[in-house]
Amino acid sequence: MNTAVSERHKVISVGEAKRRFSLRQFAVCLQGIVWRESLRFLHQRERFISALVRPLVWLFIFAAGFRQVLGVSIIPPYQTYILYAEYITPGLIAMIQLFNGMQSSLSMVYDREMGNMRTLLVSPFPRWYLLCAKLLAGTAVSLLQVYAFLLIARFWDIGPPPLGYLFVLPALVLSGLMLGALGMLISSVIKQLENFAGVMNFVIFPMFFASSALYPLWQVREGSPFLYYVCKFNPFTHAVELIRFALYAEVNWVSLAVTSGCTALFILGAILAYDPSRGFLARRGEGVGAG
Amino acid sequence: MGRNDHEAMRCELDPSISQSMTTPMLSVEAVSHSYGTRRALDNVTFAVAPATFAVLLGLNGAGKSTLYSLITRLYGTQQGRIRILDFDVARASGEALRTLGVVFQSRTLDLDLTVMQNLIYDAALHGIGKREASPLAEEMLARIALHDRVHDKVRSLSGGQMRRVEIARALLHRPRLLVLDEPTVGLDIKSRADILQYVRQLIVERSISVLWATHLIDEVDETDHIVVLHHGQVLAQGLVSSVVHECGAKTVGDAFMRLTSSGDSIGGAE
Repeated sequence: MNTAVSERHKVISVGEAKRRFSLRQFAVCLQGIVWRESLRFLHQRERFISALVRPLVWLFIFAAGFRQVLGVSIIPPYQTYILYAEYITPGLIAMIQLFNGMQSSLSMVYDREMGNMRTLLVSPFPRWYLLCAKLLAGTAVSLLQVYAFLLIARFWDIGPPPLGYLFVLPALVLSGLMLGALGMLISSVIKQLENFAGVMNFVIFPMFFASSALYPLWQVREGSPFLYYVCKFNPFTHAVELIRFALYAEVNWVSLAVTSGCTALFILGAILAYDPSRGFLARRGEGVGAG
Repeated sequence: MGRNDHEAMRCELDPSISQSMTTPMLSVEAVSHSYGTRRALDNVTFAVAPATFAVLLGLNGAGKSTLYSLITRLYGTQQGRIRILDFDVARASGEALRTLGVVFQSRTLDLDLTVMQNLIYDAALHGIGKREASPLAEEMLARIALHDRVHDKVRSLSGGQMRRVEIARALLHRPRLLVLDEPTVGLDIKSRADILQYVRQLIVERSISVLWATHLIDEVDETDHIVVLHHGQVLAQGLVSSVVHECGAKTVGDAFMRLTSSGDSIGGAE
């Protein structure tokens, strides 16, 4: 190996180490994390395809089958009668983000177990910032999935007015952050990998079905007032409604407030709860066991 | 044999070493750590002087990786204090981590990304942009004879090459202290020798300090400083020759066996 060393490879000075990171450096860190997550996602073609297949199956099979069974009356933000496939599109978008949020959290559990997360955590940037950057990176990946889904749906004449694609972007960022933060919070309290299957059953499915993703809440209320309130207090319902209204260039203020509040709450909880020393290896005594 | 007997077996710290460590690059002061009721580290104290190669020698289960997790702030310090230069890892972790390069025992490279992408990513985690990091990374890779693999996926590299990339990555932000947790585990003899030689050269070239954790006696050189860790306790520390002499042994291997065999009756933390 070559032994020459250039000037720029000399060690960092104490003064440099003491200097605070500039805003530009914070941005570089964030950009690096988002870039890496996006690259990883694009390299994992199976993940990309499965992320698209799931909502497309719902859209083209489930929605087609239930079109005649489930009538949707005119409710805001819709101005006229719409096809059932049109109605469930926002719910499927939120479903993409819900699965992505949970998948990201799965990768965080895996990374924490296997050590890849360590690279991130030994960065000198504050841990809260690193976790938020990781969250934003997961949201960016979910945006790629959502727009790919909307593009495919467009070919079947399912989708919002053209401006809706633009207006929905901030709503998608917020809902993506909320669902990602929820996943991060769950991954923070998960003790080991095997528990994640339980999370899928106890978090993802109840959240999705007890919401306005597949049916309007007034229909739920007619069937079960109790379930109506469960749906009403489900943050996922508000993410769906936020997206639904944004697709038609409108703002559902209640949903915006609930989604924003839950996002802040989940992020705070995730940052406070995240502890790399938790987890299977550490509980087994990783350091001790491994040397 | 109990813990008191263990204390009696400890070798004294070489006075010449303690004098040279007045401004240590790393100081671990009375650090203890437990997993629940299981004690992994017990009152561990030692220091690494500037521009030295220090070996943290211990068998599997000695507590080396726990100690590394504490030095790198992965785990919060439960008891005691760890400082890198004058930066307390618990209180000034940002400053401390800026001066620290880490190579973990388990591989932490992203196998699906290229060598260069891995380096660029890590540079970003230290606030170094792509424009600045690319030439640095290319130079580093040339120095470890991997300049022709820059755009290859890490997955296609051998174990030894991956380790070299990890070391290059750890050096990218110009750390003053490099800590490596059993970096030669699973490598062939040639790769082990190359990596060990390369890291030793870094001390001469850059005046950095190295803390090298291992359980392999043949990685210890006569001129090194060693810290013998066993069942979470420091049994001996100082210059190799000093430790060997204090223990009445002929070789570092003998000294290590004498020190650690006396503690085997103590319940390990595994």
